[in-house]
Amino acid sequence: MESQRHLKPLDFGSEPMTIELGPQHPAMHGITRFRCQLDGEVIEKMEADIGYLHRGFEKEAENTTYINVIPYTDRLNYVSPLINNVGYVLAVEKLFQVEVPRRAQYARVIMSEISRITDHLTCNGASAMEVGAMTVFLWFIKAREHLWELVEEVTGARLTTNWTRIGGNANDLPYGFLTMLDERLVKVEEALNEGEALILRNKIFIDRLKDIGILSRERAIEHGFTGPMLRATGVPYDLRRADPYLVYDELDFEIPVGTVGDCFDRFLVRQEEIRQSIRIIRHAVEKLPPGDFHCRDRRVWMPDKYEVFNSIEGLIDHFKIVMEGPKPPPGEAYHAVEGGNGELGFYVVSDGSGHPVKCRVRPPCFNYVAAVPEMTVGHYVADIVPIFGSINMIGGELER
Amino acid sequence: MSEDSAKPSAPETAPDAPAAPPAPEPPPLTRLLQEQFGERVLGHHAQHGDETVSIRREGMRDVFAFLKRDPRCAFDLMIDLTAVDYLPRTPRFEVVYHLKSLTVPHRLRVKVPVEAQAPEVDSIRELWIAADWYERECHEMYGISFKGHPNLKPLLLYDGFEGHPLRKDYPKGRQQPLVPMRPVKERYDYGERFQPVEHPHTPAVTLERQES
Amino acid sequence: MTLVIDLLLNPTIQAILKILVIVLGFVMLTGTVLTLMERKWSSAVQDRIGPNRANLGRWRGRGTLHLAADAVKSIFKEDTIPQDADRLIFAIAPFFSLFAAMVVWAIIPVAAPIGSFRFQITDVNIGFLLVFAVTSLGVYGAVLAGWSSNNKYAILGATRSTAQMLSYEIFLGLSLVGVFMVNGSVTVSTIVANQGQYWFGDVIPKWGVFTQPLAFLMFFTAMLAEMKRLPFDAPEGESEIIAGYFLEYSGMRWSAFMLAEYIAIVGSAALTVTLFFGGYQVPWLHGDGFELFGYLLPLPLFIVTALQILAFVVKVVFFCWLVILIRWTVPRFRFDQIMELGWKKMLPLALANMLITAVWLLAWDHWHL
Repeated sequence: MESQRHLKPLDFGSEPMTIELGPQHPAMHGITRFRCQLDGEVIEKMEADIGYLHRGFEKEAENTTYINVIPYTDRLNYVSPLINNVGYVLAVEKLFQVEVPRRAQYARVIMSEISRITDHLTCNGASAMEVGAMTVFLWFIKAREHLWELVEEVTGARLTTNWTRIGGNANDLPYGFLTMLDERLVKVEEALNEGEALILRNKIFIDRLKDIGILSRERAIEHGFTGPMLRATGVPYDLRRADPYLVYDELDFEIPVGTVGDCFDRFLVRQEEIRQSIRIIRHAVEKLPPGDFHCRDRRVWMPDKYEVFNSIEGLIDHFKIVMEGPKPPPGEAYHAVEGGNGELGFYVVSDGSGHPVKCRVRPPCFNYVAAVPEMTVGHYVADIVPIFGSINMIGGELER
Repeated sequence: MSEDSAKPSAPETAPDAPAAPPAPEPPPLTRLLQEQFGERVLGHHAQHGDETVSIRREGMRDVFAFLKRDPRCAFDLMIDLTAVDYLPRTPRFEVVYHLKSLTVPHRLRVKVPVEAQAPEVDSIRELWIAADWYERECHEMYGISFKGHPNLKPLLLYDGFEGHPLRKDYPKGRQQPLVPMRPVKERYDYGERFQPVEHPHTPAVTLERQES
Repeated sequence: MTLVIDLLLNPTIQAILKILVIVLGFVMLTGTVLTLMERKWSSAVQDRIGPNRANLGRWRGRGTLHLAADAVKSIFKEDTIPQDADRLIFAIAPFFSLFAAMVVWAIIPVAAPIGSFRFQITDVNIGFLLVFAVTSLGVYGAVLAGWSSNNKYAILGATRSTAQMLSYEIFLGLSLVGVFMVNGSVTVSTIVANQGQYWFGDVIPKWGVFTQPLAFLMFFTAMLAEMKRLPFDAPEGESEIIAGYFLEYSGMRWSAFMLAEYIAIVGSAALTVTLFFGGYQVPWLHGDGFELFGYLLPLPLFIVTALQILAFVVKVVFFCWLVILIRWTVPRFRFDQIMELGWKKMLPLALANMLITAVWLLAWDHWHL
């Protein structure tokens, strides 16, 4: 099959056709544009064109305080908003050198893993839908609804969570959350099993995804792949194990690794990661220690209202944090978390004032979309969609 | 002094305070680079555990090639490429590279200071193809050109955008001139074979677009 | 009065009345209701409710009013024709599909003939061959629609649909050769009447699915491909080439395509039922009542006919349901996989089926005559 794709057509004096999988397309997640030159149905050349969702995250971050950046981070990878919150706040906490209480760290791990599950469910569901199995997509979305309800319990919103703060979280896990978590995880697993039963051994599905969009391990590393894309090619690189942050070194989970690096491997890696995330959540819930949800460091945490209204120091601290923002010592810090897509890195530069000099997001799917033309050339038009779906391009993260 | 020149400092220039403590032993990777490249390493620090070196712009490609190929460094994964604008300071820009090795467990941050007139650095696209899009983005946001990059077209900004938005002297609220509606007919003009680099209705971006 | 009876006895008038009743009464109704039922059944599979909002005042009717709502919306929608499209062909393309979908009903019997009155519009002696010859014209619907739309996605869809439909018509025909061999004729009424016979002394009906199971599977698959239903809906891409060949159609013209597709589903269900599931035959129901193991339940003739019509309707609806269920269960083939499936797997199977059937029939004749 491989060799047949590169056969030269008979020379009828035909010319190649250029189509644009344009910005408005049901299968371009968010908005991306691909210009393809086709020879019949085989793609000869391809060029990616992005930038339809660029909102100027970095410019905004430079003009506002460290705390006010957190709502902007929700909108980066908007299917796993808590991971962005956590990532940014970890970078700033590195600048501040504040110690986050262990309960807050465990809570962050639980919420991050819930976000990771929603990310993978969306990606795999959308992949399945684009290949034609729309039922599976809706079942995964049903599972995702349970998780959004959990997130809503804790943070108050499904997507615009804005939950972490420098030094801790905005609030503790509410009463009754852990029971709800248990129930919902069971339902998520049920929906997952049903969906898998429908497509995972389906010959049509496997044929659509197997050996499509293969990128070898070396090429993937050169392209800067991280996350599920790199693990699908066989490299067991997971930031939660390689550079552990929060309390991941105390939790046990496995890293699913693929072999070939095709779309099917990526799909399977994500599926297995969902199950591993459920395992992490259950383990973290067991080990959840009692404690505070925020460090009481007055540089970053506003004092209690009693103190604010009754003591001048409290009032001044509160005022300074709100008006000028927390002021980290001058320096720079880079912290990377394992996002749903890969290494989500935040590089924050501070000059001692309340506004960051630079707040850079290292988007994981930037590298993937840059590699899409390379992965797709030589395949058919009908393969663009599974390949692009397997990348899990999230527009907010790609273009900030 | 090697420490301070690499770190971003507070705007008010604090003179050398009383008796600075002796500079700690530089970490092994920095020492390796200093041995190899001597005075091309302008400064280093390891603030918050992130090992950082500043290198000179000239000959930076050799440094990066060394970082990639030498088995003691083995930086096969290029994580990030960005720039920071420290406006009142000279040199004004700093191009920041984050590298990671999958075999040896270390990371490195490399900074290349670039001054404001004719900001230009070498492109490292041949070493890590990942740098392709990062350099495009850095160019359109800051105006720093990357010598040797074949296709420095804007990536995230639309064509017709004027200026380099992430520079500190670009005000956040600036309004861009309205781009006129492009006539639809042009789009279907396939006079020649498709050229993937130059789309028919996108004007070629020249590198003179540096001074805003 | 005699004028009316003379008119009714005129075969042409009878044919017209049958067309009105079968096509307008049953087919169009079922096809239209099927558009709604697709959405309802798909939502049942997907754990949701489906359309239930269209209402007249407080009465919602569980979504049935959506049929009227869709019709009204389609009629009032702006009829857009793309700028450089070929207007004439753009206008007439949907009608090829409609025509091909409806012509199937010319030969489908809905009940056993009473005397010389046949419950089918016409019973030409070339039966199925006529139908398959004419439904080949359905290819034009997709192709002309795609070509005249002046849109690259539409052309991609049209190209795919041409290749797919032409290929699978061949397999359609080939898979039926076995059926024709078993029945010894292509006349529809003969085939259906033969399925009224029984094995083992009036116990197991000789339905086509028992005599030619492989042909049934291949026929069903080929019909799915002909109708461009999932898993064979590459020409209608949906996620790749958006809507494929009817991309630029909106309003009433698009409704014509949709209706053609659903009527084709009903039609192909009817064909499957007629060829393989006994058509109007109810097991053990003879002309004078139920008869099994010697026990006879006598029934008047019109009850028998009504039961047969009911059986036909139930079977057709069952297969429509099956087609819709398959759509929401399996993913979609890529286009080259469709071609590969057809030419590399179905063609040998069809030929093997023919061979085995022929050998079996010869052996049966040789040793049992």
